Amino acid sequence: MDKNVLKKKNKPASPCLSLGSFEATIGENMLNDAKISTRDVNVSYGDKQAIYDASLDIGRNQVIALIGPSGCGKSTFLRCLNRMNDTIAICKISGKLLLDGEDIYAKKMDPVLLRARVGMVFQKPNPFPKSIYDNVAYGPRIHGLARNNAELDEIVITSLEKSGLFEEVKDRLNAPGTSLSGGQQQRLCIARTIAVSPEVILMDEPASALDPIATAIIEELIDELRQNYTIVIVTHSMQQAARVSQRTAYFHMGKIVEVGETSRIFTNPCHKMTENYITGKFG
Amino acid sequence: MNQDTPLGGHISKRFDNELEDIRHQVLAMGGLIETQVANGLRGLFESDSDIARRVVQDDDKVNRMELDIDDQCLKILARRRPAASDLRLVVAIIKTINDLERIGDQAEKLGRNQLELVDDDAGSLHFMKLEHLGELVSKMLNKALDSFARMDVDEALKTIALDEKINAEFDGMMRQLITHMMEDPRTIRNVLRVSWCARALERIGDHSKNICEHVVFLVQGKDVRHIGLKAQVEMASE
Repeated sequence: MDKNVLKKKNKPASPCLSLGSFEATIGENMLNDAKISTRDVNVSYGDKQAIYDASLDIGRNQVIALIGPSGCGKSTFLRCLNRMNDTIAICKISGKLLLDGEDIYAKKMDPVLLRARVGMVFQKPNPFPKSIYDNVAYGPRIHGLARNNAELDEIVITSLEKSGLFEEVKDRLNAPGTSLSGGQQQRLCIARTIAVSPEVILMDEPASALDPIATAIIEELIDELRQNYTIVIVTHSMQQAARVSQRTAYFHMGKIVEVGETSRIFTNPCHKMTENYITGKFG
Repeated sequence: MNQDTPLGGHISKRFDNELEDIRHQVLAMGGLIETQVANGLRGLFESDSDIARRVVQDDDKVNRMELDIDDQCLKILARRRPAASDLRLVVAIIKTINDLERIGDQAEKLGRNQLELVDDDAGSLHFMKLEHLGELVSKMLNKALDSFARMDVDEALKTIALDEKINAEFDGMMRQLITHMMEDPRTIRNVLRVSWCARALERIGDHSKNICEHVVFLVQGKDVRHIGLKAQVEMASE
């Protein structure tokens, strides 16, 4: 054996070659075939900057988890992806956000149509004060996706089936959506999102208000939905991120610190800040 | 300890204490194992059946320590759900104590072989041939435990390299013993016992090497098992 090889200084693992800088995102934040690409995205609310130079690719038919402490900008970033921040007057966004190469913030991009393509599920289940059926039928109706009632029925049933709720509610489709349990309401909201055939589903803490069983059902559902949709999930539960996602991005104080395969991030993160956050240490 | 993998600093101080506590217990188990191996060898070289008997008896202590640390690791996994370096520490400890327990079994074998041979003067002369191999193995075990205590990858890799020396020494030893047996078949019964002890020592080297590989995994998160020394060194320094 060459004696000198033992003397070599230990260098970081290959995904961590750019380790050391907090300014630049480390890990694998770029992909070859991205569904959504963001480059140098800066977001501010009035004088307060919420996101700094976020460059991240979101892979097709993958679940990516956005993790980080409260106020780190992960929800703000998520809301940029379907222009939910448009409604906030003081919110300013710069940089590039592309959905299949199309500029999300282009003038010709209709935000209503964009949100049909990039649907969203919120932290608290928020069914409309309507029947279960009408909750799911709402989107297809306003977008004119069904030519007749039979087609609408078909969309509603398929969406409820895909969200794993149909068997539980098939006998009471006319009951109010709010009469369902929390977990069922969240799946109803997922069915409502799916009903307009989105390409991407954004989920902001979709299971944080649910018990472990309802959470497990939602997580199982997320895994199934991945076959047909691209999913971005914001979660405070490290275990949930580890269970449901293929890639994980760690946000800290408005910056994307590290991105990588979930299995690597949770066993061998490169950045000290990622390590500290997921092991529950002082940052 | 390597600065990249401090155990402390968790928001939960109790978790810090649990991890530190479990690490100390592994080191204590390592200390007991070193004593067992040293006494096993002393029993052989000094034909001291009292020491040999104690080694056999004390293997039970080693086994109980393994069970105890295993139990605590299980509790940490269930209650703390460790991630990243914490997860690697717990996994490395579970594996390391398994290797330590097996080293303990090999030390026990040294003791048992001594006890079997106590009435045979010629046998203890043969055991002296194990002296050099015993020294090498004790040194390797010591260095492996040291690299674990300090979480030192460089030291671990240097220690892994020692295994080749031990294997070469073992092969030479076996050739020598076979020659003995061929020259004088009346010695076969005793020489076989010596060869079993040599085998036990060689196995201790293998387990020490495993411990060093766990250290690399613990510190760097890289699995360097089954790839050969050269690739191990390259991978660890990537």
